[in-house]
Amino acid sequence: MSKAKPTAWGLALVALIIFPLIVTNPTWTSIGVSTLLFMACATSWNMFSGYSGYISLGSGIFYGCGAYTMALISEHAHMAGGEAQFWLVPLAGLVAMLVAIPVGAVALRVRRHTFVVITIALFFVFQLLAINASFTGGAAGISLPLIPWLFNYFNLPFYYVALGIVIFATVLSALVRRSRFGLQMLAIRDDEDRALGLGVRVSAVKLTGFVMSAFTIGMAGAMYAMFFGQIYPQFVFEPNFDITVALMAFLGGFGTLLGPLLGGLVLEVAQQYFTLTFSNGSLYLILLGAMFLLVILFMPQGIVVAVSKWWNERADKRDTALTTGIASDPATDPATAGMNPS
Amino acid sequence: MTTLLEAKDVSRSFGGVKALAGCSLSVDKGSITGLIGPNGSGKTTLFNVITGYVKPDAGTVSFAGHDVTNARPNKIFALGVGRTFQLTRIFARISVLENMLVATQRDESWLRGLTRSKSSKSELDAAMEWLDFVGLSRLASLQAGSLSYGQRKLLELAYVLVADPDVILLDEPAGGVNLTLINEISEKIRALNKDGKTFLIVEHNMEFVMKICDRVTVMHQGCDLVTGTPDEVRNNPAVLDAYLGVSDEEVDEEVSNA
Repeated sequence: MSKAKPTAWGLALVALIIFPLIVTNPTWTSIGVSTLLFMACATSWNMFSGYSGYISLGSGIFYGCGAYTMALISEHAHMAGGEAQFWLVPLAGLVAMLVAIPVGAVALRVRRHTFVVITIALFFVFQLLAINASFTGGAAGISLPLIPWLFNYFNLPFYYVALGIVIFATVLSALVRRSRFGLQMLAIRDDEDRALGLGVRVSAVKLTGFVMSAFTIGMAGAMYAMFFGQIYPQFVFEPNFDITVALMAFLGGFGTLLGPLLGGLVLEVAQQYFTLTFSNGSLYLILLGAMFLLVILFMPQGIVVAVSKWWNERADKRDTALTTGIASDPATDPATAGMNPS
Repeated sequence: MTTLLEAKDVSRSFGGVKALAGCSLSVDKGSITGLIGPNGSGKTTLFNVITGYVKPDAGTVSFAGHDVTNARPNKIFALGVGRTFQLTRIFARISVLENMLVATQRDESWLRGLTRSKSSKSELDAAMEWLDFVGLSRLASLQAGSLSYGQRKLLELAYVLVADPDVILLDEPAGGVNLTLINEISEKIRALNKDGKTFLIVEHNMEFVMKICDRVTVMHQGCDLVTGTPDEVRNNPAVLDAYLGVSDEEVDEEVSNA
């Protein structure tokens, strides 16, 4: 297993790198871009909410702020559309982080369920601001400078920058999981008061996690704005975004590293595919709903956890079949294997 | 002996209920102090006040010369007061070893915690050493949620110990645990006490308390009723009254006096 894991990650990366070179149809590479952006957002969301157990339904705030940062700066600086705009992407992430500080300071004053409600409420505050404030251009939105790239290659730069963001988010999430800070978030998820009594500075840890997760989501928002060249407040501050990102993490495996990536991949591709295939009517929504029901029924902890459990059980059976007749050593009890799916 | 931990005239009400009504308690350095009393007499609330989980309405708490009244739990823990809970509280979805590592907090900056790995070599060694001490080292990689109740009690004790606190508050260490494990736990407490650790123990198991404690404080209706050696407490009529209610003769006496 230990050797197979890096190989699998490497293969997945290679597949993602060569995908747009093989599938050159712009419809598909365009789905690729938005899928990668969602994978990055779900991973980043999971880095805070999945580890700490504080489910945020306000990630749309950071997505929208990132998108507006990109749009407003490109517009006011009279930038020519093109590669230079990519430099605004990390800047948009930083702006999202700045916004996350007061948002987190307010929302994290309350626990768990109340936190969820507060994040939703704050999200709508931001949506209303974007619609009504004068500097955002209001409901008419903002047009970004036209990017003069050839149609057939238009998606490629976006695709690879988005892939870079996914890699960044994944590596960051893995580093956090290994750090003392990550351990503290997991302790908060399991029992916040107990963690506090063991010296964990819970308020600082929660706020740090919250602010960190805003960075990638802000970058994704900026990418969206640049990719579509036009933003409207109700589409970048979009309540469905909040829910979709959370659902992707739950679908794949809440609190795991691979889960949000897989959830983002499966859900976004399925959604786009269903939309394209059943363009008339809302049949695709029914199919998506059915998919969710199946996952909730049969894999309540997400795909990654369910599959790794199944895999370990199978491995255990094989092991016990091999060692039948030999007294089992309690120290190497198979029950200890693979308890941590992450 | 010097006083290490002291609560003075602590009061705390929850709505109309006076959980603590001017309760005082002192714990000498190097002692094992027992805290007993009927259900609802305020023992756990006093624990919560001392460890910062509950703010007192009045009174002060001091530890080793620091005034820790109203201090946050993490601060009090950092100063050297560790505790366990009556209903054991462990981190169920991380491994036993990671549970230990959570408790190996140093008073380090926020940025340091962000940038350093989960554990240093010395922290890992200390964690394994204490797991070994309570006999759980072979379960280190297991998810803590799969431990039995008794094992959880031991884990909770171990992760409080790994932080090397000066005084350890145990809330019913013998509650719901079989006799063998009770003896094991009391042996561990004695061994640690010999190494200089101070204990404050809330417990309903009288045999356990009388055997292990140097001094015992009895609480009743939010106040400290009697403090003394186990023998003094055992033979104090007020203690019996507190536990069993006032005897018939005394009631008769009171009635005739009235």
